[in-house]
Amino acid sequence: MATFEPTLLARIAKPNSGKLEGYRNDGGYATFEKVLKDKQPLDVVTQVKDSGLRGRGGAGFPCGLKWTFLPKDHPGPIYLCINADESEPCTYNNRILMEKDPHQVLEGIMLSCYAIKSQCAYFYIRYEYGTAYRTLQAAIDELYAAGLLGKNIKGSGFTLDIFLHRGAGAYICGEETGLIESLEGKRAWPRIKPPFPAIEGAFRKPTIVNNVETMACVTQIMKKGNDWFKSLGVPPDPKNPRDAGSYGPKLYTIAGHVNEPKCVELPMGVTCRDLVEKHGGGVWKGRKAKSVNPGGLSMGFIDVNAPLKGEDGKTEYDIPLDFNGPGKVGCLGLGTAAICVVDDQTSMVDVLHNVCQFFSHESCGQCTPCREGTGWMLKITDRLRRGLGRREDLDILVDVADRIGIIPGTTICGLSDGAGWPVKTAIRKFRAEFEAAIKDGTKSAYTKLQMAAAH
Amino acid sequence: MPTVYVNDKPVEIGTQKLNCVQAAELAGVEVPHYCYHPGLSVVASCRMCMVETGDLKDGKVTMIPKVFPGCQTPVKDGTVIVTGDYGKHDSKVPKLPYDPAYKPGERAKKSQADTLEGLLLNHPLDCPVCDKAGECKLQDYSYQYGRSESRLVDEKNTPPNKPHLSSKITLFTDRCILCTRCVRFTREISGTAELQVVGRGHHEEIDVFPGRPLENKLSGNVVDLCPVGALGSKDFLYTQRVWYLKNTDNVCPGCSTGCSIVTDTNKDIVYRLRARTNPDAQGYFMCDEGRWGYHYTRSTDRLTRPMAKVGGTWQPANWTQLLPKLKYAVDEAVLMSPKRVAVVLSPFLTVEEAYALGSGFKKMSDQVRLVLGPVPAVGEDDHYPKDVKGNPVQPTKFTIRAEKCPNRKGVAAVLTQLQGEVIPFESLVPEFGQLSALWFAGGYPNPEWVNDAVKAPHTPPALLVVQDFFPTKLSEAATYWLPATAAFEKEGTFVNHAGLVQTFARAAKPPVETRSELQLAFDLGNRRGLANVAAVRKDVAKAMPAFANLADVKLPTTGKRLELATV
Repeated sequence: MATFEPTLLARIAKPNSGKLEGYRNDGGYATFEKVLKDKQPLDVVTQVKDSGLRGRGGAGFPCGLKWTFLPKDHPGPIYLCINADESEPCTYNNRILMEKDPHQVLEGIMLSCYAIKSQCAYFYIRYEYGTAYRTLQAAIDELYAAGLLGKNIKGSGFTLDIFLHRGAGAYICGEETGLIESLEGKRAWPRIKPPFPAIEGAFRKPTIVNNVETMACVTQIMKKGNDWFKSLGVPPDPKNPRDAGSYGPKLYTIAGHVNEPKCVELPMGVTCRDLVEKHGGGVWKGRKAKSVNPGGLSMGFIDVNAPLKGEDGKTEYDIPLDFNGPGKVGCLGLGTAAICVVDDQTSMVDVLHNVCQFFSHESCGQCTPCREGTGWMLKITDRLRRGLGRREDLDILVDVADRIGIIPGTTICGLSDGAGWPVKTAIRKFRAEFEAAIKDGTKSAYTKLQMAAAH
Repeated sequence: MPTVYVNDKPVEIGTQKLNCVQAAELAGVEVPHYCYHPGLSVVASCRMCMVETGDLKDGKVTMIPKVFPGCQTPVKDGTVIVTGDYGKHDSKVPKLPYDPAYKPGERAKKSQADTLEGLLLNHPLDCPVCDKAGECKLQDYSYQYGRSESRLVDEKNTPPNKPHLSSKITLFTDRCILCTRCVRFTREISGTAELQVVGRGHHEEIDVFPGRPLENKLSGNVVDLCPVGALGSKDFLYTQRVWYLKNTDNVCPGCSTGCSIVTDTNKDIVYRLRARTNPDAQGYFMCDEGRWGYHYTRSTDRLTRPMAKVGGTWQPANWTQLLPKLKYAVDEAVLMSPKRVAVVLSPFLTVEEAYALGSGFKKMSDQVRLVLGPVPAVGEDDHYPKDVKGNPVQPTKFTIRAEKCPNRKGVAAVLTQLQGEVIPFESLVPEFGQLSALWFAGGYPNPEWVNDAVKAPHTPPALLVVQDFFPTKLSEAATYWLPATAAFEKEGTFVNHAGLVQTFARAAKPPVETRSELQLAFDLGNRRGLANVAAVRKDVAKAMPAFANLADVKLPTTGKRLELATV
């Protein structure tokens, strides 16, 4: 992989990478101006669709396909919402893009708006990203001053406004309909679907919600073309007719018990082991990894020592991190591609308690199964870590984790799938450790979680 | 004809747009639900109405391998609905060709039990001291669909109660299941939006904004809407166990909207009024004025026995001695000069009472004048929902009428039938001094309405018989003051502002010494025996074409309306 040249992160180390002038010098907005002059909106949609770009936000829905769901010949307005409510634990790839190269994202937004004929984009940014908010605001101001945003951009007849909207610090605002509700000034309770946002979204108008990294990818696809994009990543699995392939570069963030936590850009399909051992500098303090989160907490855990079926000598540690990989070992999916390493001296009980605390705190509380289920799982795991667990608690945890979520059909949004998955994968894969802890009545080493905050 | 299959049973839905809950109801299958209410928007968040759905196409059933909230899932031709109650379905109905591996209803049943387990996790289970016990959906569904034991061993959340929510309503926060019906009601029907959800996850609570309590004219409905015992009416709190209450279908006498209500009584005391669904009258709700407006029936100031003025002071009388005297005095006045006899029929009387009294006097002499009693009007019609500034918003979902009587149209129709015109009370007031006899059949819950209509004191007629609850300017000048009966204490018919004819049953007996207006009409008119509402109703139907459909209609028990008559 030494030969791989980062594209999305190509400019982040440059001085003044966030300024319009620097971006212009690197050929920025040339693509946008060219597209504005030479291409029809439909051409852009077709190109993005053909590139096989899948949304980088977590679900991996084909981006171009989503755009085609918009009603044809709608009188407007059509909105584009950028989801920068990056709240999945261990995930910070959007943050780097926004703070270090905002214009790359903004160009993607402008291209996308041109494609879906939207004249208004809302950039929903989480409250905690103060620096990113200020950088983006400065970048947008620059664009208005340069005549690249506003009415009749460069005499093309295309009008676009981009508004930054700062959230109030809730995980659920990252769910697309929760984001829309929050944007409308309401409590961010996800909406029931259908209607999907592409039909009826923000302010009851057709709306597309895309992730920040997706926008950066759109910029690069329009700049470098589909051949470049498809040269990276993993083609569709011929055995799986529903697999759309995992093309393109991806920003992986490495966090947890590693020597060098960082964000790296790699073609899709790098293995978990490579990421940790090679790019993350290995597990810290000379320890070994016990478990890894393949893509944000909500995707569940892999057991690095569990052998992979049918593949000799390989363990779950060797799964490729593309849109299909984590699913093969019982995880929910690739998610945000943020991996979090748990070393072999950390108790899984504590890890699980931490996870449950997060999801219980972030459940919006609309649907009964999630509201009560996440709270119950927290109470049980809290008891486990205080050394008062019972063996049947593990079965209850798995039962509760199994029954909440959009996949069994018991909730409106996917938050509770994300809350259930780490619980059931942890208990199924590390049951012996949990049982031993219950038998010994081991108490947790830590007393209270320390929360760090910086806005 | 579009057909939907509910637990194998085919149901034709016609052109209606239904969801699974409604379609199942058509098939006679109850799908339990909390957050869904036909009068409010659908949020599909309680997850109690989980059903399994699929399609029947070309003789093949394809079921979707997950559960869906029935309230949010629309049905179309060929939709197959399998509820958690599939096990109880009619086995005579032929089974649909499901996949052999598919076990109908199992998934839905489990998810309903799971939901109930979740709802009960933090519920205090204080049914013995809860007012809702006995009519609580959480109790009912837990019994029918839930598990018998809780697997929770940890401490429950105990959020504090909120009696400050409103002057009329209290919130037992820990009993709440967050169905948000109340929140949606204040946003969608009253439009006042006082209620909201605060907090997140399992620490979520219903609350008001500090300093902005739940005070609007429809607030009491949130108590009706609450499927559990979380929202309680302070008026009813801890007064009665609901299983002792007798529920009678009734019509609210508070204004000319004529809301269909249920009157809850025990031992002939009214304890509570609740709205009864009637799309033709008012919909699903009722106003607070009507809901808590029954207290006059229990007032200690209410006259409960007949009084006669002897030597300028009131003396209690007994009916057996009083009746012949009354009859003689009335007969004499009519005989001497019928033109100087007037009968006031208040708009609080039922159609039957007005007809029996009016026709009785007209039989004595055609020249006796029948007058429509004072029609109280307070302010203007009050339409809901309101916007933030308090202005009504279209479409109107509820109206509190300015006309504070239930039956002006009905009484006016009777008067028109009997004498061809409606004489308003105001035109009679200046003539009081010239009258030889005035029979005032009142029944005004608020004495001020009579006082306002009488205005300045006039020379009273020689014989003044007043039938009313409370002392008024008229009753003070009366020769005889007779007790009246409230709408809950009689059977009858009201005609609302739109001409909707609703009959209702008697919920409570009037106080012992109180003789109903209809009985008095019988006694005065030489009709023997106990007053018979059905007989009078038949007379009304025969005499008045507008009420023709009253004759063969039984009293509604399910809140079904009668044919709309144009009055």
